[in-house]
Amino acid sequence: MSISQGGEAAATAGTARVRAVLAVKPRWGERAVLGSLVLCALLSVATTVAIVVALLEPTIAFFRHVSPIEFLTTTEWSPLFSDPEFGVLPLLSATLVLTAIALCVALPFGLGSAIYLSEYASPRTRGLVKPTLEVLAGIPTVVFGFFALTFLTPLLQDVWFLPGDPPGVFNALSAGLVMGVMIIPTVASLAEDAMAAVPHDMRAGSFALGATKLSTTVRVVVPAALSGIVAAFILGVSRAIGETMIVTIASGGTPNLSFDPAEAMQTMTAFIAAAGIGDQPTGSVGYQTIFAVGTTLFAITFLMNMLSVRIVRRYREVYE
Amino acid sequence: MTHVELDPGPTVTEPESQPLDPAGTGSQRGTPEPARAHESDGGLSESARAPEPDAAATPHDTIDHAVDEPVFATRGLSVHYGSAPAVLGVDMRIPAREITAFIGPSGCGKSTILRCFDRMNDLIPGARVDGEILYHGVDLYGPGVDPVQVRKRIGMVFQKPNPFPKSIYDNVAFGPRVLGAGGEMDEIVETALSRASLWDEVKDRLKENAFGLSGGQQQRLCIARALATDPDVLLMDEPCSALDPISTGRIEDLMHELKETVSIVIVTHNMQQAARVSDRTAFFIVDLTAGEDRRIGRLVEYGPTGRIFTNPHDTRTEEYVSGKFG
Repeated sequence: MSISQGGEAAATAGTARVRAVLAVKPRWGERAVLGSLVLCALLSVATTVAIVVALLEPTIAFFRHVSPIEFLTTTEWSPLFSDPEFGVLPLLSATLVLTAIALCVALPFGLGSAIYLSEYASPRTRGLVKPTLEVLAGIPTVVFGFFALTFLTPLLQDVWFLPGDPPGVFNALSAGLVMGVMIIPTVASLAEDAMAAVPHDMRAGSFALGATKLSTTVRVVVPAALSGIVAAFILGVSRAIGETMIVTIASGGTPNLSFDPAEAMQTMTAFIAAAGIGDQPTGSVGYQTIFAVGTTLFAITFLMNMLSVRIVRRYREVYE
Repeated sequence: MTHVELDPGPTVTEPESQPLDPAGTGSQRGTPEPARAHESDGGLSESARAPEPDAAATPHDTIDHAVDEPVFATRGLSVHYGSAPAVLGVDMRIPAREITAFIGPSGCGKSTILRCFDRMNDLIPGARVDGEILYHGVDLYGPGVDPVQVRKRIGMVFQKPNPFPKSIYDNVAFGPRVLGAGGEMDEIVETALSRASLWDEVKDRLKENAFGLSGGQQQRLCIARALATDPDVLLMDEPCSALDPISTGRIEDLMHELKETVSIVIVTHNMQQAARVSDRTAFFIVDLTAGEDRRIGRLVEYGPTGRIFTNPHDTRTEEYVSGKFG
C-alpha cells in the first residue's frame, strides 16, 4: 500500500524531470544562421532578377523604334551616327569569331592541363602548378588587353606566314588568343576538380583490366567527370562571350561583318563599353541600343546554358 | 614428401623457432639456388626442408599438385611503403585451379601481397616490392615485364563493387575493348555474364547503367568484367565484405564454379568464408616486435584449409582461428 503510493510519487517526480529535460528551448542562434544564409542566397537571385528587369524596359522601348527583323538581319551597325543603322550582325559575328578563337586555345589547353594535373602529375608538382595556374586567373583583364596590343600583335605581325594581309594594330586574332590564355586556368581548375572527384576505385578497376593510363583517363575518368568538365567549358565560354576589356583594347572599335581574324572587329561587349562611357542622353535611341545589345547578349548566354545543361544530362555518367 | 607449409616443422611445441627475425628472412631466403627450386618448395626454411614427413599432411590433399604446377611461387617477397616495411619475407606456392584464401587480422599485409600478384602496387606511390613472384615460372617483377600485360592475364575484384558509370554491356566489354580484342563482342559479353551467373538477371537491360544494379549484382558484374578478358587467375580482395549474406552466398557458389577454369586467390576477413570456400589457407599476422608503430605483416602458416582450421601447427594460427584474437 504505502509502497505503491511511494512508487507513484516517485513516478510523478520522474515524469516531471523527463518533461523538464525534453522541454522546447528555442535555439535562436540556429535561426539567425539560417536567416543570414537565406539572405546570402537571395541576394544573387534578386540581383539577377533586377538586371533582367532593368534590361527589359529600355529594350522594349528600343524595339518600338527599330523592328526586331531589321535588328537581327541587316548588316550595318552605326546606331550613334546621324543616319543610324541598326543591324546587330557585325557585333554578333565579332563575338562569335573572338569566342571561337579563345575557345580553340582554352578548351584543349585547359583540358590538357586538367588531365595532366589530375592523372599524371605527382602530388608535389600538382601542389606547385595548380596555384601558379590559378594566379593567372587573378590577373586583371586590362593587363591581358595591353599584353595583346603591345606584345602579341607586333609578334604576330612579324611572324605572319598565312595567306592574306598580316593583322593590323587592332585585330581579333591577338585579342582572341590572349582571351583564350586568360580562360585556361578557369577551365583547367574546374575540370581538374571534376576529375579528381572521380573515385579512385574506378581507376583501379580500369588498371586491373589491363588498361593503360591513357585509356583509363580517356575511357573512364573523363567520361565519369564529363558533367564537371562541360560545366568548366560552359564557364569558359561564358567568360569569353562576356569578356570586354581585352577586346576593347586589342580588337578595335569598328563594327565589321567579317570572319577574317586578322581584321579589327567590335564585339557586343566592346560596343556596350564604348557607348556606355559616351555621351548618350538617357532615353535616346542610342541609349536604348546599349540595352538592346545587352539583352541579346543575355539571351545568347542563357540559351547556351540551357542547351549545355541538356547535353550534360544526356551524356554524363552518373556514379553516385 | 613435398609440402608447402611454411611452418618450420611438424612440432607444435616449438612455435618460437620460426624464422621471423627481420634481419634474417629476406636476405637468406631471397636467393635459393635454382637447382633446389624445382624439387623442393624453393624458399622454405631449413627445418621445413628436412625430409621428415609432416604428420598433419593427410595423404589425400592436393599438395603434390600444388607443388608441381603452382600458378604463383614467391620467394622472399617483401613490400615497403616508403621506408616502412609492410610485409616481409613471404614464401609460398599457390596452386592452379584451386581457391587459396589469405586470412589474418587487419594490417597483416594480406591485401598488399594480393596486389603484388597483378602489380597493382605499382600504382601506389612509394611502394617497393622486393623478392620474387614467379607466375608460371616468370618473375612478374623481372625486367621486361609489362604490368599491363600482367593485368590482362590476372583479373582482380575489389572490396567495394566498382563498376564503371557505363551500361552493363560497356562495363563487361571494357577489358576486351582496351586490349583490342577481336571477335564478336556480344558473344564475349554474354559468355562473361553467364560465367558470373548474372546473364539471366541482366540480359534484358544490358544498355542500362550498371549503378542501377544491387550491390551483389554489381559485384558479380565486376567479376564478369574481369572474366571478359579470359584471365588465368582471379584475385579477390574481400569481395563480399560490402555485401549481404545472400549475395555473399551467390558469390561463393560462383567461386566454386569458376575454380574449374580459373585459379582464385581471395583475401577475407571472414574466417567462416575462408573455411567454406577455400582449398588452401594462408594465415598472416601483424608483427609488432619492431615497435607498436612499425606494423610488419608476416606469413605464419600456409596449408590445406582443413588442416589450418582443425590442426594448426602454430599456436598463433590456432588462437586466431579459434577466435582468441584478431
